[in-house]
Amino acid sequence: MTWTDLKTALAVEGYVASDDLAVALQLALSLCRPLLLEGAAGVGKTEIARTLSAVMDTRLIRLQCYEGLDAAQAIYEWNYQRQLLTIRAASEAGETGKAVEDRIFSSDFLLERPLLAAITQETPPVLLIDEIDRADEEFEAYLLEVLSDYQVSIPELGTITATSRPVVILTSNGTRDLSDALRRRCLYTYVEYPDRETELAILKARCPDVEARLGEQIVGFVQKLRQEELEKTPGVAEMLDFASALMGLGIADLTDNLAILQSTLTTLLKTQSDQAQITPEVAGRIAGKAA
Amino acid sequence: MSRVTKFAGRDPGPAARVAGFIAHLRDNGLRLGVAEADLAMTALAEVDAMRPDDSRRALRAVCTGCKEEYERFDDLFDSYWMDMGRVRQKVVPTPSSTVSDDVHSSRDAKGEDAGASGTSTAPDDTGGAADSDGTGKLIATEQRNLNRRDLRDLIRPEEITEAEGVARRLGAALRDTRSRRRIAARKGDRLHFRKIIRHSLASGGEPLNLLRKRRPDRTRKIVALCDVSGSMSVYAQIFLAFLAGLMRADTAADAYLFHTRLVRITEALRDKDAMRAIGRMSLMADGCGGGSKIGPSLMRFADTYAKRFVDGRSVVLILSDGYDTEAPDIIAAALKKLRKRGCKVVWLNPLKGWADYAPVAEGMAAALPYLDAFKAANTLGDLAALEQELARL
Repeated sequence: MTWTDLKTALAVEGYVASDDLAVALQLALSLCRPLLLEGAAGVGKTEIARTLSAVMDTRLIRLQCYEGLDAAQAIYEWNYQRQLLTIRAASEAGETGKAVEDRIFSSDFLLERPLLAAITQETPPVLLIDEIDRADEEFEAYLLEVLSDYQVSIPELGTITATSRPVVILTSNGTRDLSDALRRRCLYTYVEYPDRETELAILKARCPDVEARLGEQIVGFVQKLRQEELEKTPGVAEMLDFASALMGLGIADLTDNLAILQSTLTTLLKTQSDQAQITPEVAGRIAGKAA
Repeated sequence: MSRVTKFAGRDPGPAARVAGFIAHLRDNGLRLGVAEADLAMTALAEVDAMRPDDSRRALRAVCTGCKEEYERFDDLFDSYWMDMGRVRQKVVPTPSSTVSDDVHSSRDAKGEDAGASGTSTAPDDTGGAADSDGTGKLIATEQRNLNRRDLRDLIRPEEITEAEGVARRLGAALRDTRSRRRIAARKGDRLHFRKIIRHSLASGGEPLNLLRKRRPDRTRKIVALCDVSGSMSVYAQIFLAFLAGLMRADTAADAYLFHTRLVRITEALRDKDAMRAIGRMSLMADGCGGGSKIGPSLMRFADTYAKRFVDGRSVVLILSDGYDTEAPDIIAAALKKLRKRGCKVVWLNPLKGWADYAPVAEGMAAALPYLDAFKAANTLGDLAALEQELARL
């Protein structure tokens, strides 16, 4: 599969990828390397993993990172409760020793967490490690081992090697600088806000009912809004929300009714100071320019 | 688009050209190893390498690792592969250790450039390393402007060593060991009950393993922004030496210069050779000694880099005299934004050391409400004396 094929396949599933992103994804697939995506919130980093799993018709395994995430929640844990019950049942049945031990430390009693689950699938899944910058640096070290060797060592059970290599996608919002060791192992792409044409294509793919003229107005409005000095710049998801809000209200032209436009801005502006900054006059001016 | 670089007939082949490109990237500060060169070759085999755009995208995905590199990559790619149809004489780099300590290598860049653009058959008397080094610096020499002064003339190596000592002490003073929260640790002063109980499930509720927790050392990160505008040129020497020392003493520190625009110099100052670091910095500080736009520079910092590098554990040091050509409320707004990230802001003003100094400069007055500390600093001695003050923050 060439990258143009991949791009088309993604577009069929409703994801309009830039050329840069498509090439990087295709390389990640063919070279079996993790792909690190950085970019502002709301540019579609998480969505790409979901769409990719749909294109490849495979499972999406997601690991949401947070501060304090440790191996027990990311890799594996023994199902202690079940083990205890089994031991009790076994002792009542008069069964003891090695047999019980072997049984309770078998894979039946292992709770697979996302990383282990990802390498034990029959068909290679898409493993999404979301917001890796939120996890602690210690966790990055665990991740390095899993990502470079695709194996997990469990003391009681031995080493579990990957039955299939997952397609790994890491996303980061850049709240913390990632270690060089992790960056080195990954392919890298910085996802920008889409340009006008791309965003129009996204809108068309996601909300096919939007009329062409309104669609252009919506995209033009959001693009102009991104150039304003906002605390939280609206992303693609917000743009789609905005479009559905306008659709739901049955609006055909942005400049028609400024009061309604202002009330739908709640889908785009997510902080109090941003809402205060984009007054009806400013919104009207931007809408006028976009039209 | 500029034309594709031609390669001399005796060139050993595509693999060597890619190796040469990796060396070119390395000379320009990207940290790439042998594994990356290998990966780059494999990646090129996966795309249609005859199409420049595809190769560019593939190499970019492989060779870059962060946003800055990602954005710089296009220029670096163009300067190697799209060199206006010039003939590249040598592509195979030799280990560059012989010239790596040559502070003045940027001076040779011009001569090298002239040779490359003139005759394709010019005798290649310089080593391969000098060749790659020359092309790396070429990008910078093209931007030469009359305003620029060579910072290497201002700063002596002894000062950097001294500044390093000062910066190290400051860094130590800023280390905050009083984190309230305890986190799991192998050797800790308290028992970590939550973990013990969770762990005891494995042994039927008997707490066999006693896990511990302790208050971690929370490192304060120093982010220094240095004003190098005309009004600051007298003090630039001290402050730049301080920055250079700071970067060498503290691996987590981050440094920026600003005059009419903001430049991140962290990577340049990390150079192992102190004087070469200063050389790289002066190439980047193009336009130093000119006007100052403190407000817009700080605003740009708050909007871009601060989002990545500044958090509640950062101390932002601003080294400036507060004479701004822009409206003062921009400074106030920028500092307010910066404060929202939870960092401490310390403003070191060289003028404050004067006998009757009052912060009458509008910019300075506007900034005052947002500062955690406002101190004087003209000499390294003054900076060293800050140790006590900063420890109290």
